[in-house]
Amino acid sequence: MRKITIDPITRLEGHGKIEIFLDDKGNCERATLQIPELRGFEKFSEGRAAEEMPRITTMICGVCPTAHHMASAKALDDLFKVEPTSAAKKIRELMYNAFTAEDHILHFVFLGGPDFIVGPSAPAAERNVLGVIGKVGLEVGGKVIEMRKRMRQVMRIIGGKPVMPSCALPGGVSRKIDEDERKTIIEAGEYGVEFCQVALQLFDDVVLKNKEYVDLVTGDVYAHKTYYMGLVDDNNKVNFYDGQIRVVDPAGKEFAKFKAQDYLDHIQEHVEPWTYVRFSFLKKVGWKGFVDGKESGVFRVAPLARLNASDGMATPLAQEAYEKMYEVLGGKPVHSTLAFHWARLVEALYAAERVRELAKDPEITSDDIVNLPTETPKEGVGVVEAPRGTLIHHYQTDDNGIITKANLIVATQNNSAAINMSVEKAAKALIQKGNVPEGILNMIEMAFRAYDPCHACATHSLPGRTPLEVSVYNADGEMIKKLVN
Amino acid sequence: MAKPKVAFYWCASCGGCEETVVDLNEDILKVADAVDIVLWPVALDFKRKDIEAMKDGEIAVSFINGAVRLGEQEEMVKLLRKKSGLVVAFGACAHLGGIPGLGNFYDRESIFNRVYKEVPTVDNPKGIFPQQKTKVKEGELTLPEFYDTVKTLDQTIDVDYYLPGCPPPPDLIMAAVQAILKGELPEKGAVLAPNKALCDTCPRAESKPDKLSITEVKRPWQIKMDPELCFLAQGIICMGPATRTGCGETCIRANQPCRGCFGPIDGVVDQGAKALSMVASILGLDGEQDMSEEEVKKLIDSIADPAGTVYRFGLAASLLRRKRME
Repeated sequence: MRKITIDPITRLEGHGKIEIFLDDKGNCERATLQIPELRGFEKFSEGRAAEEMPRITTMICGVCPTAHHMASAKALDDLFKVEPTSAAKKIRELMYNAFTAEDHILHFVFLGGPDFIVGPSAPAAERNVLGVIGKVGLEVGGKVIEMRKRMRQVMRIIGGKPVMPSCALPGGVSRKIDEDERKTIIEAGEYGVEFCQVALQLFDDVVLKNKEYVDLVTGDVYAHKTYYMGLVDDNNKVNFYDGQIRVVDPAGKEFAKFKAQDYLDHIQEHVEPWTYVRFSFLKKVGWKGFVDGKESGVFRVAPLARLNASDGMATPLAQEAYEKMYEVLGGKPVHSTLAFHWARLVEALYAAERVRELAKDPEITSDDIVNLPTETPKEGVGVVEAPRGTLIHHYQTDDNGIITKANLIVATQNNSAAINMSVEKAAKALIQKGNVPEGILNMIEMAFRAYDPCHACATHSLPGRTPLEVSVYNADGEMIKKLVN
Repeated sequence: MAKPKVAFYWCASCGGCEETVVDLNEDILKVADAVDIVLWPVALDFKRKDIEAMKDGEIAVSFINGAVRLGEQEEMVKLLRKKSGLVVAFGACAHLGGIPGLGNFYDRESIFNRVYKEVPTVDNPKGIFPQQKTKVKEGELTLPEFYDTVKTLDQTIDVDYYLPGCPPPPDLIMAAVQAILKGELPEKGAVLAPNKALCDTCPRAESKPDKLSITEVKRPWQIKMDPELCFLAQGIICMGPATRTGCGETCIRANQPCRGCFGPIDGVVDQGAKALSMVASILGLDGEQDMSEEEVKKLIDSIADPAGTVYRFGLAASLLRRKRME
């Protein structure tokens, strides 16, 4: 039996390690994605002052600190039983959408983009952000940097610094927005809306007009019929900041809709000895292993899951893009993992539209930014949609507001079973009779990259590649072949 | 002349130190132009074996972020030390242990118990924990060892310089890179940031009373925080007096007190001890002679999580290093 290891140079959070086992015939028998990193936030949060949690849990992830900051802020609202002021909610949602728009675009251009814009079979040396810029031109490339800069400026205005914001308080935020800042934010929103339309057009021109790509998106290699989860507003429209958690079954029918506070009735986690990550599943369906279908509790989160679990987008341009996506892909729900990329762009457009809309809201520059808590804290749950999926913070405290228990359901945990399945499915389809084609690295990478998993957050940086290495061993454990992307 | 070889590496960290490098925006191209990056796992495809094949000292400088929590991280930083002329501890986690260092209030067993058994969502009746080696039907899967105690980089290898902050701000990164390129470096062991307390550069410095006295400790949610007045003057614990500046006072500008991510100024061995003595010296300073012992105790007890506040980023680097487990 042979074992193939796809191993990045580091085995830290931000990376995964893929192991592929081949049977005697040289076909893939099993593939796993291991996450070899743990820091233990659930434990060392104990003893901390509750109000500090938004400034501690941000350090779970430097790529999406804003998501943890917001989930934590909402858990504090619930914990202290205090409703944020109307302006504070808008300021939070504004900052949150600026973050989501920036993060989604970064992923599309730096990480997912190379697969589509440069092409899955292009030479590895070109499959990076520089290759993307080479193909789309410097003008668009420059706009990407400009978009990131502007959205991060919005985050800086509200949160202090884009990496590790510090503005959240139970009942509101610590800092107001002034009129000059509002102008900067409106301009950023307008720039974002325009840029996201350019990005969608690019997707249309490069991907949808190319049969090879469309076949990949609609084909079976990357498809899983799972449940989908996402936060929706009162009209069942996608919302990143607030609402109820909605779950649809593999046929697209509503399976559950619940408040964050009831998450324990719906979400459970499974532990495996070979990885430090926990695997979420739907409690009412149960853990049946790494399989899809209606009988398996495996569900998916993040852009495509959110769109599948909703009835549409709350802004006009994003709604148009939403309708077009489902029309082209043959109706809801869409099961193709690669469609996450398209859904991500639809969401980025929504986020930019929402930034613009909220920045123009008369209340956004209000002085009334915090309600002081008066109740004794006890227990609180907060949820947001992180770019990578549903994120839940759950705290219990003593009467003095000191954390006694904390539980964190992080977005990528929710997708981790499905990511394993996608990697295995791609490996089974692509490796046959011991033949490990050169392109397999990228094709397998594509299976997990579509999820934008946080353990690949590494690849958010220049030039946007996860360094992977496939080593092929024979039955004696000798390395007989090595592929590097 | 050959460009100096530079390595970036990360240990127990979150990716924020890589994001801050990308936040150099256009300047990142200048850096990429001036140096030859030989290792950046985030971005470039170089392997451990490539580093092993290098001569000792061949890498001009290694920037290493993250605390040391896993066996594998320790091996890698030791290798980089051997191959590098200079090692810079990059960011609060490498410098002080950072937020992962709060794990030193607990140990491996209690962390595993919480994460894989006790949390209310986990369904794990057999009590399965991740193992360094797992036999599965198809073969064996391995994971790196998880240490009991989080260590700073300089508790693991010799460190030449420190770039502080969570994360280090882009302007300090550029200044450090330029100093290295020009060979204009300070004495070994220096922290590459101004040797002044945050209070000295704080935009609220003028509102800090000459004689501070806190008669009632306030938590950030208990009052509407004044956006212009010194936090300590409002009764809110701020780490400004015990923390080095250079951050751009970003948290203060977001109307939140400092939590100490830059570590102490030169000559202070233990940031938390320094902060505690600062707090002790101003608590009830006015009318101290009139307070009963009980009142003083009550005032001290009103600080929420004192250890987790003064050692927010510096527990692993402190003289105590960790809580002793029973």
